[in-house]
Amino acid sequence: MMFRNLVCPVCGASCDDIQVEMTAEGIVAKNACKMGNAKFQELASPHRIRQPLICQGGEMLPSGWEEALDRAADILASSSRPLIFIGSETSCEAMEVGLHLGEYLGGVVDSNSTVCHGPTAMGIQEAGRVGATAGQSKNRADLTVYWGSNPLESMPRHMSRYAVYPRGYWTRRGRFDRTVITVDPRRSLTAENSDLHIQLNPNTDFELLSALLALLHGQQPHPSAEEVTGVAIRQMEEMLELMKGCNYGVIYAGLGMASSYGKHRNAEMAFHLVQELNNHTKFVIGALRGHCNVAGFNQVASYLYGYPFGLDFSRGYPRYNPGEFTAVDLLRERDVDAALVVCADLVSHFPADCASYLGEIPMICIDIASCPTTMLSDVVLPGVIDAMECDGTFYRLDDVPIYFQPFTASPFPFTASNQHTLQQLMERVRGRKEAGS
Amino acid sequence: MSSLIIKNGCLFDPLNGIDGEVKDIFIRDGRVVTDLSGTQRRGAQVIDAAKKTVMPGGVDSHSHVAGAKVNAGRLMRPEDHIRTVRARTAITHGGSGYTIPSVYKQGYDYAGMGYTTVFEAAMPPLEARHTHEEMGATPVLDMGAYMVLGNNWFVMRYLKDGDIDRTAAYIAWMMRTHKAYGIKCVNPAGVENWGWAKNVNSLDEPNIHFDITPREVIRGLAEANELLGLPMSLHLHTNNLGHPGNWEITRESLKITAGLAPSSRAQVPWAETRLDSRRQQTVYLAHAQFCSFGGTSWRDFQSGAQGVIDYVNSAEHVVIDNGAVPFGPATAMTGDGPAIHDLYMLSGQKWSNTDVELECGSGVIPFVYAKSSPISSIQWAMGLELLLRIKDPWKTIMTTDHPNGGVFTEYPQVMTWLMSRKARDQTASECHKWAYDRSSLGEVDREMDLFEMAVLTRANPARTIGISFRKGHLGAGADGDVTIYDIDPSTLDPAHHQNLASALARPYCTIKDGAVIARRGEVLAVPEGRRFYCQPFSDQEEEKEMLSDLKEWFKYYTVGFANYPVPDKYLKRPAPIAVNRPLEALARRR
Ligand code: SF4
Ligand SMILES: [Zn+2]
Repeated sequence: MMFRNLVCPVCGASCDDIQVEMTAEGIVAKNACKMGNAKFQELASPHRIRQPLICQGGEMLPSGWEEALDRAADILASSSRPLIFIGSETSCEAMEVGLHLGEYLGGVVDSNSTVCHGPTAMGIQEAGRVGATAGQSKNRADLTVYWGSNPLESMPRHMSRYAVYPRGYWTRRGRFDRTVITVDPRRSLTAENSDLHIQLNPNTDFELLSALLALLHGQQPHPSAEEVTGVAIRQMEEMLELMKGCNYGVIYAGLGMASSYGKHRNAEMAFHLVQELNNHTKFVIGALRGHCNVAGFNQVASYLYGYPFGLDFSRGYPRYNPGEFTAVDLLRERDVDAALVVCADLVSHFPADCASYLGEIPMICIDIASCPTTMLSDVVLPGVIDAMECDGTFYRLDDVPIYFQPFTASPFPFTASNQHTLQQLMERVRGRKEAGS
Repeated sequence: MSSLIIKNGCLFDPLNGIDGEVKDIFIRDGRVVTDLSGTQRRGAQVIDAAKKTVMPGGVDSHSHVAGAKVNAGRLMRPEDHIRTVRARTAITHGGSGYTIPSVYKQGYDYAGMGYTTVFEAAMPPLEARHTHEEMGATPVLDMGAYMVLGNNWFVMRYLKDGDIDRTAAYIAWMMRTHKAYGIKCVNPAGVENWGWAKNVNSLDEPNIHFDITPREVIRGLAEANELLGLPMSLHLHTNNLGHPGNWEITRESLKITAGLAPSSRAQVPWAETRLDSRRQQTVYLAHAQFCSFGGTSWRDFQSGAQGVIDYVNSAEHVVIDNGAVPFGPATAMTGDGPAIHDLYMLSGQKWSNTDVELECGSGVIPFVYAKSSPISSIQWAMGLELLLRIKDPWKTIMTTDHPNGGVFTEYPQVMTWLMSRKARDQTASECHKWAYDRSSLGEVDREMDLFEMAVLTRANPARTIGISFRKGHLGAGADGDVTIYDIDPSTLDPAHHQNLASALARPYCTIKDGAVIARRGEVLAVPEGRRFYCQPFSDQEEEKEMLSDLKEWFKYYTVGFANYPVPDKYLKRPAPIAVNRPLEALARRR
């Protein structure tokens, strides 16, 4: 049986043209890239967590669903400030329940963007962002700039679906109608495939952006800019001429910009540059959001409570202060006393002291495969794979919401989706709190 | 089954011609009934409204409360959220935000203020799922959204060919697909040019490539609107918005639909009213204040409202909402991307923009209307001037174009200015003197009464958008949505305007579907709101041909045709409205 128009749940491209065939030999996923295909194969992976686990005497032992839920609810209900961390590979619908749970418990709710494009979001809060949906680049853009991003490796179909190769309305010859610039300290695969590679020194994005803005305003950058950035002023001018001279330009900013020195100030400067370029030609900028639904958390948290990530509910109303109410900082300061981690391997990806603190406090984890975080957990609830086993909503890298439908059902009789799991957990926590009060 | 009696209140129900008479209202199972049986009376909840003002629940026909651009505003403005918060209670969620509140807070604030029905004024089709998610998360309010179509590639192509039938077939399909309530036209032909950082500046200037003029788009969409028989007329945001001297293009734009017959053919049961509750207009002008600028630059800026007022007074096919400016912080947000760019050039504030492929655009920028600012002061005067000097209240609706002119929680203040000359004079004395010097507001003595307020905030928004078959009045069969204000009409003195403003801000109670949901601003119940949208029928043959063209052109989208629609599950309590019976559509085609 062939399923069409499926959505890939791996990266921010949210490709919605995947075809899946379930054959005797296994799953064949057409149109998906290598990364996407690997995920579709996980459906039958031997690493899949197939039943709830509870830690007993230092050992993870299989348990019944009710028992595991009870234990998880006990942990959350007795915690005075839990951290609820919701990864990106799950639906907005699940995120909504996670946020409700955090609010109910007076805890803190955070998501992946705290460690990826959080600085980009903060840059937006400083400067605003002039952007467009991906189809605008596809149909109009004759100049694409990859800044600190390497889509050929991190979002393999970005170039072919949205930005470089597609034959759009005013870009009928695809790649031949476009100029590609890559700004990256490394000679990445994307850089190799570009028309111009600006190989700046690491951690000098802010300086290069400032120099470009100065040039745009008709001023000469300070001569030290050359030495600092490693880019000749002549080359900056060449780049700027391409940018001013195009009909429609777009910058796709990656983590290279968000996580190098300067952080949100880099993004802020890039947003200003793009705003000012609009006095010369059409120019937009977007973040190349690596993880599947990382944009979704920003959207859902903003419309439900008013802030894009790192929301603290300890006062009964939402508060936001990155660096104080964000996951890494809370763990480093040992400021939370329990954790619920949904679809994220924090233990592998967070700094060592944060990871070890997670080992000290009670932790519940919802995930599809075992990883260091599940191993350090007190309760593990098996995850359901969004876009394969249940329906829901992802927000794409350009904040376009994509509704996905499954081609098979949850393998578990006790839960239909991560949203459903969180709802059951919420009910149980509520039961305990109401009985106790 | 539940019954409610509101006893002895002074009722203001314009669509039923009731102007302050003391009357009892009966509500049974959520709907207004003429009477209750003896047993029903005994089991009924009774609210004593003696010496109080009773009106139908408030209806906001133009507000920006759900969707991508509203949320872009929330995301970019933590400073707007940090100082204005709402803590959770046993039955309500917490929230934050002043000019762009989070959805929970937004729903509670509207309900606490006596409003039960709110329409989102701009839904981009590709992002309709987002708008529906936010409306779905909004508590209490019955809602719907207008779909943005004035720069849509398909609309522009079909209209360029002069093909109204195909345009109508496309719109019908789009409304069913995205569960939209009405048609919004924003800066027609201009936003497509903004795809190249340009705009159009006159009604007869063709845009780039599609070669279509604003005039052609306005006329074409209005004709398609009437051909389909939609409950609401075309909702227009004119060209050159926010430019000094734009009053003239506004007047010329309003002329375009003159002579077109309004024809709403919603297949719904109509609650009883004494007056005709069907719309009379063929164009509904959005936020007239922003479209009525005079002068030629910011230096000689003045109100240009006179020209618009004169035209509306002489025309029978126009309704406007004003887009009042109550002073204070605002967030400008509109589908008019280039207009927001203009504001960025003026103010240098942080600026966000999102152009939407093949469809439309949007922009967001923070703004503060200061009493010390001459321009803001004139805008304040203009918003009131428009409502007070258009003679027939049935041609006007009160809004702030939330959060563009100001925040919806300022409605009570705007109503107070309309009702009290003294309140206006006091504000005029506090703000820049250009408010009275460069507008005609200072010469206006009119003070609106409670009946007129009920027209501007209930009856007329409902009638203009065609939701009057169940909202905006309290005739038999209407929704049991009622606001009871602590205002005794017999002793009301508009000179005591502070009391008036606070009574309007915190009604004695808000009733929705026959149940008390808020009392003096405190939320007591959180029912799920309805989602209104239209399902227009169009000729099947025409639709088939249109769809094959649409599918061919879908290659320019980045979302597949199969994943384009808004799925049913996004609407928790759908209230679809069938429009245009098949036979009628066929008869018209012949
Ligand atoms: S580009 Fe991303 S979304 Fe598309 S198939 Fe590859 S991993 Fe999946
Ligand atoms: Zn508006």
